Amino acid sequence: MSQELRIVGFLCNWCSYGGADTAGVGRFTQPTDLRVIRVPCSGRIDPLFILKTLVNGADGVLVSGCHPRDCHYAEGNFYARRRLEVVHRFMPILGIDPRRFSYTWVSASEGQRWQHVVTTFTNEIHALGPAPKIAGNPMEKLGALAQAV
Amino acid sequence: MSHLEQLKAAIKERLPELEMVIGWGQGFDALHATPIFMKTPEDVDKLLWGPLNVHNTATYLTAYKGKKVGVVVKGCDSRSIIELLQEKLLNRDDVVVFAAPCSGVADLTRIKKSLEAKGLDMGRVKAVAVAGDTLTLSVAGQDVALSLKAVAADKCGRCQYHNALVSDVFVGEPLQESAADNYDDLAEFEKQSMDDRMAYWKKEMERCIRCYACRNACPMCVCRDHCIAQSREPGWVSQRDDVSEKFFFQMIHAMHLAGRCTECGECQRVCPVDIPLLLLKRKLNKEIKELFDYQAGTKIDAKPPLLAFKVEEENINERGW
Ligand code: SF4
Ligand code: SF4
Ligand code: SF4
Repeated sequence: MSQELRIVGFLCNWCSYGGADTAGVGRFTQPTDLRVIRVPCSGRIDPLFILKTLVNGADGVLVSGCHPRDCHYAEGNFYARRRLEVVHRFMPILGIDPRRFSYTWVSASEGQRWQHVVTTFTNEIHALGPAPKIAGNPMEKLGALAQAV
Repeated sequence: MSHLEQLKAAIKERLPELEMVIGWGQGFDALHATPIFMKTPEDVDKLLWGPLNVHNTATYLTAYKGKKVGVVVKGCDSRSIIELLQEKLLNRDDVVVFAAPCSGVADLTRIKKSLEAKGLDMGRVKAVAVAGDTLTLSVAGQDVALSLKAVAADKCGRCQYHNALVSDVFVGEPLQESAADNYDDLAEFEKQSMDDRMAYWKKEMERCIRCYACRNACPMCVCRDHCIAQSREPGWVSQRDDVSEKFFFQMIHAMHLAGRCTECGECQRVCPVDIPLLLLKRKLNKEIKELFDYQAGTKIDAKPPLLAFKVEEENINERGW
């Protein structure tokens, strides 16, 4: 794989974080582009986390929680599923390629599945290439100002 | 008796039991109406009804929660009331809703453009007369006739609910309801490439002055002093005037209104720099309609779709990895 890209993963503490751990303990090889953020439950994920991450320059965002019916808090992932689907479908009007975001379910025992998910998603983001930058970099502005004085 | 006279009579009758009744009166000139808060029969005589009643009167209701108030509404305004009732932000017993059939309101930006095309200045309109589908404006000594259709707000062209969906007093004969919206404008917009769409919004957002009028006018923006746009901890948006910060604020507004926005169009109407904000909200509404067969502000006892779930979702095809 070419240059590493910036992919942010929001993983629920109870299943997917455990699944990623299982994959690590099992020494399954994985691409290194994903930066993991552990959240208590996929239901904790505000859809704005995803938009903010993309606006701020991530090339891809992956969300993974417990399989529906397996949520540690009984129904967090049911609410998450609706929100994640809605934010996914919102992206095209903004001009954000919806393929840069994906959500799925991986349980703590599914190390192999985790490896498959990360590898597939990372490959897809690499096929899309680096995301066009949306946010203006304030440091650039400062630099321009400094030059002007 | 005209609808206006009937409304006035009905309001006067109920006024003694109410703190006030919210409606529209004459604003600073003939073209601009303004919300009025009627407390006496003399106030009621100032009520206006017609194509210049552009404001959504339901926006004020949450500020009076717990008091008994009346409100005069158009069809679209009534949907905001339903949404507020659904979310328990209002008590049904506390509001008396007065309504009449509505055939559309004017978009003042359109009027401004029509006048400018004739070399006239909107600020000089001295009088407005409404007869049937024609608005006649007296500007700089001339009479300019505009067809209401040509200057109507976009939402009126696709309005499905001309008659209030909730009311205690409804005067006049209900109008024929029109066909459902097919979201043509969205399909047209989405013919562009992703890059072009993003470029479009960046260009539009460049004009945003962060006045937050879009938020303040929204009847469903009820966080008031706790809006995350102004929270420093956590700091979702900074005070910088970068396009990305302003655009992100619109993403926040749209996401917070997902499944709740009734497309009253107030956010777009009040924007001083004419940013087409409604398009973002319409996108979410279209997707929510497809996913959950749900339209905000149409049923008092329904639950907003993002406050609910089904164990098996019929229309969500999760990705098989
Ligand atoms: S959307 Fe319908 S109810 Fe609202 S102002 Fe237009 S025509 Fe009247
Ligand atoms: S977001 Fe705009 S259209 Fe939707 S309810 Fe608020 S003001 Fe009305
Ligand atoms: S009303 Fe318009 S200018 Fe004001 S904050 Fe909203 S988008 Fe920006």
